[in-house]
Amino acid sequence: MEIKPFNARDWKSHPPYRFEGYASSIKRAPLKRLVKMKQTLSEITGPLFGPEAVQPGDADLTRNAGTDGEAMGERVIIVGRVLDEDERPVPNTLIEIWQANAAGRYQHEVDQHRAPLDPHFVGAGRCMTNEQGEYRFLTVKPGPYPWLNHPNAWRPSHIHLSLFGPSFVTRLVTQFFFPGDPLIPMDPILNSVPTKSGRQRLIAAYAHEVTEPEWALGYRFDVVLRGRQQTPFESNGR
Amino acid sequence: MKQTPSQTVGPFYSLGLTRKPMNLLASDTTPGERIRIEGYVFDGDGKTVPDAMVEIWQANTYGRYNHPDDKQEKPLDPNFRGWGRSGTDKTGGFSFETVKPGAVPGPDASVQAPHINVTVFARGMLVHAYTRIYFSDEPANESDPVLSSIKDKRRRRTLIAAREEKNGKPVYRFDIRLQGENETVFFDM
Repeated sequence: MEIKPFNARDWKSHPPYRFEGYASSIKRAPLKRLVKMKQTLSEITGPLFGPEAVQPGDADLTRNAGTDGEAMGERVIIVGRVLDEDERPVPNTLIEIWQANAAGRYQHEVDQHRAPLDPHFVGAGRCMTNEQGEYRFLTVKPGPYPWLNHPNAWRPSHIHLSLFGPSFVTRLVTQFFFPGDPLIPMDPILNSVPTKSGRQRLIAAYAHEVTEPEWALGYRFDVVLRGRQQTPFESNGR
Repeated sequence: MKQTPSQTVGPFYSLGLTRKPMNLLASDTTPGERIRIEGYVFDGDGKTVPDAMVEIWQANTYGRYNHPDDKQEKPLDPNFRGWGRSGTDKTGGFSFETVKPGAVPGPDASVQAPHINVTVFARGMLVHAYTRIYFSDEPANESDPVLSSIKDKRRRRTLIAAREEKNGKPVYRFDIRLQGENETVFFDM
C-alpha cells in the first residue's frame, strides 16, 4: 500500500512541552526525548465525522443553550478557513469550540470566578467545514478572567478550538485571541509559542466585510494544519 | 503556510469536548473480542491528573481502519469508526469500551502488532502527545517495527497494557506517565 506521510510537526510554530512561564506545564511536560516514528497506515488515517456529528444550531452559541433565551454580551461572528500548509482547503472536518461567557466565566464546576453565569449560554459549539474548508460561528465575545498562574494573572479573551483534519497526525487543539486586547502580551500560554509570527497567527483579525450592520462584529481566524508530502513510499498491503 | 501553533486544552475542555460520553466504541454486534481499556494519567510527582483527556484511534478486529486511505481488502464495519475520547475523572482515570484491533501493515513489508493509537491532552500540556497501546498477550509485539525502534528496551514496557480479568471480562490496564523515571514513550511522528 502506498503511504503518503504528512509533514512533520513544525516545532518553530508549536510551543515546547515545558514552558517556564506556564506553571502547570512544569510537572506535566514530557521531558524525555520523543521517539521519532515513520508514519504508517495507523498515522495517515484518522477519524472522520459525517454530517450526523453536527445538529442544526450547534454553531450558534448565542442560542444553543436549550432555553428560549439569547446569551448576554457582545455578539460576534467568527469565520475562517481550515487549510493545510500548501493552502489546500480541509473540507468536511469537525471543529469544536468552547469559551467563557461575556463576564469571563465558564459554565464548569471548577470555575469559581466571582462573575455571573448566563443561563442562556453554555459556551460550546461545533460545526463542519464546507467544501472550501470554511467555517462560521455566531457567539458572544468571551470576557477575560483571572487565573492563579502568577500574581494578578488574567487570561485575555480567547476561544478554544479543536480540529481533526484528514489523519491522526493532523489533530490540533488551539485557541485564538481578539486583536487589541491589552492582556495579550502578558499571557504565558500565548507566549509559550516560540516565534513572534507564530503568536501573531493566534490573533484573529477584525473583518469588516464579515460584520453585519446593526447585528454583530465579524472576526476572521484561519487555521493551518499539517500538510502532506507528495512523495509516497510503499508499505506492505497484505 | 505555517502550521497554526498548538495550545493547551485548559481546565475547562469538558465543556466543549466531553459533555457527551464518547468512550464507547463498540456495540454488542461489533465483530471482535470485546475489551475494556482503563488507566490513569500521572504527572511528574506521581499525582493523578484529573483534567487530562485521552483519545484513541484504532483498526477493527480484522486490522482495517475506517478511512478511505486504508485500501486493504479486509472487511470494513461501517458502524465501527474506531475512534473514542475519554476525559479523566476526579481520580485521574479514563476508560474505553472497544474491541481488540487486528494487526495492520507496517513499513517495508512488515506487520505491526495489534495496537491502538493514543493522543493525550491536559491542562498544562501546551501540545498534545502521541503514544500507543500494545497488548501484553500478543507474541507479535516481539517483531513490531515501532516497538523495536525504541532503543531502550525497558521503555518499551510503558506501551504494553497488562491484560486482567474483571468479572470474567478482559480489561487492559494502561497508565500514562507524563513525566518521571517511567515516563511513557511519546512519539514525534
